[in-house]
Amino acid sequence: MVKDLVEFRNLETHFHTTAGTVKAVDNVSFTIREGETLCVVGESGCGKSVTAMSLMQLIESPPGKIVGGEILFEGRDLLKLSKRDMSKIRGNEISMIFQEPMSSLNPVLTIGHQISEPLMLHMLLDRKAAKKRAIELITLVGISRPDKIFDSYPHELSGGMRQRIMIAIALSCDPKLLIADEPTTALDVTIQAQILDLMRDIKQKLNTSIMLITHDLGVVAEMADYVVVMYAGKVIEEAPVLELFQDPQHPYTKGLLKAKPIINQKQERLYSIPGQVPNPIDLEDNCHFHDRCEFCMDICKVKQPPFRTHGKDNHKSACWLYEEEREVL
Amino acid sequence: MKEVLMQVDNLKKYFPITGGVFQRTVGNVKAVDDVSFRIHRGESLGLVGESGCGKSTIGRTILRLNEKTDGTVLFQGKDLYKLPKEELRRMRPKMQIVFQDPFSSLNPRIKVGQAIGEALYDHGVTDSKVVRERVLETMNICGLASYQYDRYPHEFSGGQRQRIGIARALIMNPEFIVADEPVSALDVSIQAQIINLLSDLQRDKQLTYLFISHDLSVVEHLCDRVGVMYLGSMVEMSSTEELFRNPLHPYTKALMSAIPVPDPTYKRDRVVLQGDIPSPANPPSGCKFHTRCPIASDICKQQAPEYRDVGNDHLVACHFV
Repeated sequence: MVKDLVEFRNLETHFHTTAGTVKAVDNVSFTIREGETLCVVGESGCGKSVTAMSLMQLIESPPGKIVGGEILFEGRDLLKLSKRDMSKIRGNEISMIFQEPMSSLNPVLTIGHQISEPLMLHMLLDRKAAKKRAIELITLVGISRPDKIFDSYPHELSGGMRQRIMIAIALSCDPKLLIADEPTTALDVTIQAQILDLMRDIKQKLNTSIMLITHDLGVVAEMADYVVVMYAGKVIEEAPVLELFQDPQHPYTKGLLKAKPIINQKQERLYSIPGQVPNPIDLEDNCHFHDRCEFCMDICKVKQPPFRTHGKDNHKSACWLYEEEREVL
Repeated sequence: MKEVLMQVDNLKKYFPITGGVFQRTVGNVKAVDDVSFRIHRGESLGLVGESGCGKSTIGRTILRLNEKTDGTVLFQGKDLYKLPKEELRRMRPKMQIVFQDPFSSLNPRIKVGQAIGEALYDHGVTDSKVVRERVLETMNICGLASYQYDRYPHEFSGGQRQRIGIARALIMNPEFIVADEPVSALDVSIQAQIINLLSDLQRDKQLTYLFISHDLSVVEHLCDRVGVMYLGSMVEMSSTEELFRNPLHPYTKALMSAIPVPDPTYKRDRVVLQGDIPSPANPPSGCKFHTRCPIASDICKQQAPEYRDVGNDHLVACHFV
């Protein structure tokens, strides 16, 4: 039996702006299991990064605030921890890599310094032991000449190398969960292939759980064990990866899968989802996808569909198409 | 035989690197290094390659948005670099460009209707009624509503701004459009809308495109012919169908296999390239790809391969083809 590592329960993260309240994460629940890669997929502004930032409690406040729900990490509610206890978990048991490897490293410190820092802070190693471990880590992420890289500065490295260094820093304290927020979006495809290979490799070697945030369904198909699809702050579908690609239920998921041009499968015309993502300010209590949906019914415009299984145990979605009740009350 | 609209021969564009106290030129970044190709009327040519391969520089240089270092660029048989200033100006409406980033290519203080119509005034249309009419007509073609004429750019989403960018290019009734990564900054569902818009426009207005992208699947969808670039050189070019069915250059093969396929059951047999893209300021000797090539041998290090036709209009630069 695979154990649950992280459980999001009805998480609500809101941003209060002068124009109104943005429910960036609106009643989101899902589970990351041990040793599993979970992909969160969705378009810009759907709340996938905010969900990850809420887990790390890195939401800038104000304007952001976690207003409700629980985030259980190995059974403990992270939202109830003191700041001090949380900073022990951050970087130690849960670590994170970001999209921009250019801006997430400090340009005036050497690579070695930046990898050693968490080792000395969290693992309480001395300078010498930290250097030894840092060089092991640089080797682990597939960089040759680790001694030389240890003394280099970030600007001397290419984008792909910097992302490898970010992964090395994230892995320095043997985290149980690695959050990767669009780790390959800023990289070229041939470099992306290298980084994805590396992440798969690490997951196998170290049995780390990975929460991978991406907008690219190709990356999802390649990396994920389990997929969560988000739209306008809500989870609208979740399923194991094979199930999701073979039998998507929500019209939005179906649309996304059809809209992406696939190499060697040329179509006359691409399927496109009409319209655009709704304005996130003060959304109404209905299905947020209704105005772009070809199956839109009356009930979709006035009431939110429940998020639950429809026939298959491990496949949940939120759509009125699969509900018995369809009449507007 | 189709008419050649744009003919580019041995184009070179070097950016100088300056250094020292006197800012003397100490080297060159060879962004575009001896590239030749033709674009026929009504076709769309795709240019693909990774960052720094010179694909955008080509797009800008053939429109004379930056000066060339060497080579010739003929548009409708006229050498753009030899035209007198006034004549070049009259030529400009026929060739337009759409940029990648719809957020930074629009002036935030100018209403979009004015931004779209701006070029008309510059090219001699003075009647504001006529301008407004033309703008509304173009906005309509690009999928924008007429009430949006008086809105400012910040009121639009990324996809709509890209429509504005396309409308700006279209208002002059151009014959040739350089589209520089027009969908790279957009989400998947919006990307499909813009791709469809571009292909509709091409059909309705008999446009010719140079479509620059790093995404091979988008290029396959939209283009008739594709050129693959690496470090300032063209390494392979052929019709889209031929290229995707039978890629010859090892770089093209690697590039294709690196694209993640949205199908979890897909068995990939991937060529993962080792190492990073070398700096274009100091490219490798011989074949520029030899440092990452899985089949490189001694000859590749010493001698640059000839870029030649291997039949069927399929051009490739590799010793082993």
